[in-house]
Amino acid sequence: MKVGLFIPCYVDQFYPGAAIATLELLEKLGVSVVFPAGQTCCGQPMANSGFEHLTHTVNEKFVKQFGGVDYVVSPSGSCVLHLKEHLHTNDRHEAEATILRSRIYELTEFLTDVLKIKQLNARFPHRVGLHQSCHGQRGLHISQMTELVAPPFSKPVHLLNLVDDLELINLDRPDECCGFGGTFCVVEEAVSSKMGKDRVADHLRNGAEYITSADMSCLMHLEGLLRRQKSETKVVHIAEILNSNVS
Amino acid sequence: MNTKTLDHPELAERFNRDEERVDWHDQTLWWIRQKRDKAAHTLPEWEALREAASRIKLNVLDNLDEYLVQFEANALSNGIIVHWAADAAEHNQIVHKILIDNQVSQMVKSKSMLTEECHLNEYLGHHGIDVVDTDLGERIVQLAGEPPSHIVLPCIHKKKEEIGEIFHQHMGTPAGLSDPQMLAGLARTDLRERFLTRRVALTGVNFAIAETGEFVVCTNEGNADMGAHLADVHIASMGIEKIIPQRKHLGVFLRLLTRSATGQPITAYSSHFKRPRAGQTMHLILVDNGRSVHLGREDFRNSLKCIRCGACMNTCPVYRRSGGHSYHSAISGPIGAILAPNLDMKKHADLPFASTLCGSCSNVCPVKIDIHQQLYKWRQVITQEGEASAAKSASMQVMSTVLSNHWIYKFGGSIGRKFMQWFPGLVSNKLNPWYKHREMPTPPEQSFQEWYAQNRKNP
Amino acid sequence: MSSRDNILAAIGKTKRNDREPSPLPQIPTSDTFNDRLIERFSETLTGVGGQVVRVTDWLDIIQHIEQTYRQVSISPAHRIVTTLPELSAVAEVGWSGLSPHLLADADLAIIGAHFGVAENGAVWLTESLLGHRAAPFICQHLAVVLNASNIVPTMHDAYERIGDAEYGFGLFMAGPSKSADIEQSLVMGAHGPKTMTLFLMV
Repeated sequence: MKVGLFIPCYVDQFYPGAAIATLELLEKLGVSVVFPAGQTCCGQPMANSGFEHLTHTVNEKFVKQFGGVDYVVSPSGSCVLHLKEHLHTNDRHEAEATILRSRIYELTEFLTDVLKIKQLNARFPHRVGLHQSCHGQRGLHISQMTELVAPPFSKPVHLLNLVDDLELINLDRPDECCGFGGTFCVVEEAVSSKMGKDRVADHLRNGAEYITSADMSCLMHLEGLLRRQKSETKVVHIAEILNSNVS
Repeated sequence: MNTKTLDHPELAERFNRDEERVDWHDQTLWWIRQKRDKAAHTLPEWEALREAASRIKLNVLDNLDEYLVQFEANALSNGIIVHWAADAAEHNQIVHKILIDNQVSQMVKSKSMLTEECHLNEYLGHHGIDVVDTDLGERIVQLAGEPPSHIVLPCIHKKKEEIGEIFHQHMGTPAGLSDPQMLAGLARTDLRERFLTRRVALTGVNFAIAETGEFVVCTNEGNADMGAHLADVHIASMGIEKIIPQRKHLGVFLRLLTRSATGQPITAYSSHFKRPRAGQTMHLILVDNGRSVHLGREDFRNSLKCIRCGACMNTCPVYRRSGGHSYHSAISGPIGAILAPNLDMKKHADLPFASTLCGSCSNVCPVKIDIHQQLYKWRQVITQEGEASAAKSASMQVMSTVLSNHWIYKFGGSIGRKFMQWFPGLVSNKLNPWYKHREMPTPPEQSFQEWYAQNRKNP
Repeated sequence: MSSRDNILAAIGKTKRNDREPSPLPQIPTSDTFNDRLIERFSETLTGVGGQVVRVTDWLDIIQHIEQTYRQVSISPAHRIVTTLPELSAVAEVGWSGLSPHLLADADLAIIGAHFGVAENGAVWLTESLLGHRAAPFICQHLAVVLNASNIVPTMHDAYERIGDAEYGFGLFMAGPSKSADIEQSLVMGAHGPKTMTLFLMV
């Protein structure tokens, strides 16, 4: 099984730790991982701002870089959802794009659905709040959604439950959006910040030492708010927890 | 009238200047969302019901002309006078003419978002007609000179002390009242007098049945019925999309509507008007006002499935923290943001961007409108039609160029990170909207790509 | 062309052959509400502000009305109207030929109902039961008489029972008139009756 690792632009630039943890975790689980050179971005920031028509070059590059892998895995639900829904190219490469769209996985769904992980050698002795990133949850269905009358499940929770000594806290609003929303975070700065502030407060009220998520972009936003409040609580990408060493 | 309207980010920023009020607004609406969840969970068949409701409505949209003709024929044989209005102006003229024909200059009106959309009160006001909104919430905002901020809960943005003050100023009640029971009682007394003396009553329509020619109006207060049953003339205004095929389909919609809206199992009153009562005249106005255009927009037509329950507003984390008035449109919230651009794309170009695309709205929608997908699609249309601001276009063009070119990206990234390390003050300042409430991420020494080049070799 | 023709023509132009067909669906239901009909109906109606009084015959109702509405010292009901001849001993009958406006001073109206719905506590009423369409709205208090054997589980059963029945005006009513428009505080008696009593004849 050959997995192509896709590291979104902001993770590459600001959160290399999450990317390294993803790579090491996959390698630890016996997966052969390639990291195609020349990666930049999935194109979502442009598309969500109404400029999907400018994403064709980015898409072409993506298809060229990841052609030939069995799966594409990425530690970002939002970027994965965007690629699954919008990775299209010109006629020449559309067939390859179509194959790729069906083989792109967010990390926790890859671990749960493809690798079918039942145990992990990891330990994280902390109280952890899980932030359900909307695109992973409502877009990729990595967790059940509170709006629906349907049986509960959660791929990230399943994985976190495999980690020794980790205490998962309950939230008052288990799947409310944090307000990041890509360019929304600057265009609608007031509402975005208030949404994030309220999310942070929910985690703090319920005693989180760490806030984790399958999406680093939400965490970047929440981290900005936590640090402004000089809070002790930290953010950590779920890959870093799952990759934490048993010591 | 305002010539320059503020856009959603500006209005939302103003709303957020009073954080306590934002919290209060958010918590009130979240409580209603929780009541909705509880009500939905009493029905194991909830998701199947949503699917059925969606399919019935899709069937209606595909055969709307036939159902309208069928409805008209049945309504006419029931003794209802049927009018057709191409747009808001024609609707308002029809209402005005009925009033003139009946030599009436006063009217009571129950809740109708369509008449808000058509700005009926303003129009009739200019022509010397006194319209009294009789839904308690609508009456409050009418006295305050504001539009409703929510389609189901028109004055959800007002605190009880403010309502006491509005009553004091406009109804002469004692100053300083804030007990909801007492305030509602004062409104009851005031409006009862009007119900007993007005000869014309206008109501909205929740559902119209093609098969029988009857229409259904749902209220909790009973104000539509008080108006209609005491007036000589009943005018009912409806958008053409309110048709459903058969009477038995009401079972599906009435089970979903109020559970979605407020968490009640059904409204106090679901009134089925089939024929005028003896001696009464009943008019029904079928209004297009852009709906037939909307029906032709392939990506957006199914927003016409909407039954106006307001669930998408209650669940929307942006609506709850920006208030209904920040949408500057008769219908606010997520559904308003996908309906309004159809009527006036330029004026409402900001609304599809007033969302994080979290998708909660689509999940609570009882007729399964893919609201957040349509928000995304409207963004594309608005941009292609040239309604995005020039500044945004330019920065997007830069972003696209950078992200398409790996070398520029790499160079820019490392320079950017170094720049942030050396001169944090130039990024972390008030001109950067991110920094207003959030710290910038701490730039790491190395990007992942740099780390990878040092630590791994591609096979 | 008239607006009617324009609108119909505009809708006609939006039709396409390449859309997925959209047949009318089967109506889904469950047996959630099939048992304990009387209890479910009573609990739900109470939950939406109604008051359920179990009675065995008309005399029970007459006695209840005497005690509750006539013999109370605080604002006793002065005018009680009914469409039910069985209650003519305690209530005025024969008013349906007069103007509905004359019901404005009715303190209590008592009417019959066709059937009740267990899932939402609503009763189905049509014009023939009301005397005036305005009667159940304009009174200060309302009482409805329902035979306990006439309760159906869900709204789907309700519409099956209604079938193609003929009426000029029909109504599902669940509890008294209410509003929560002021800060979501529930107030009974927004415009219509402040209380709704259901006499459940068992």
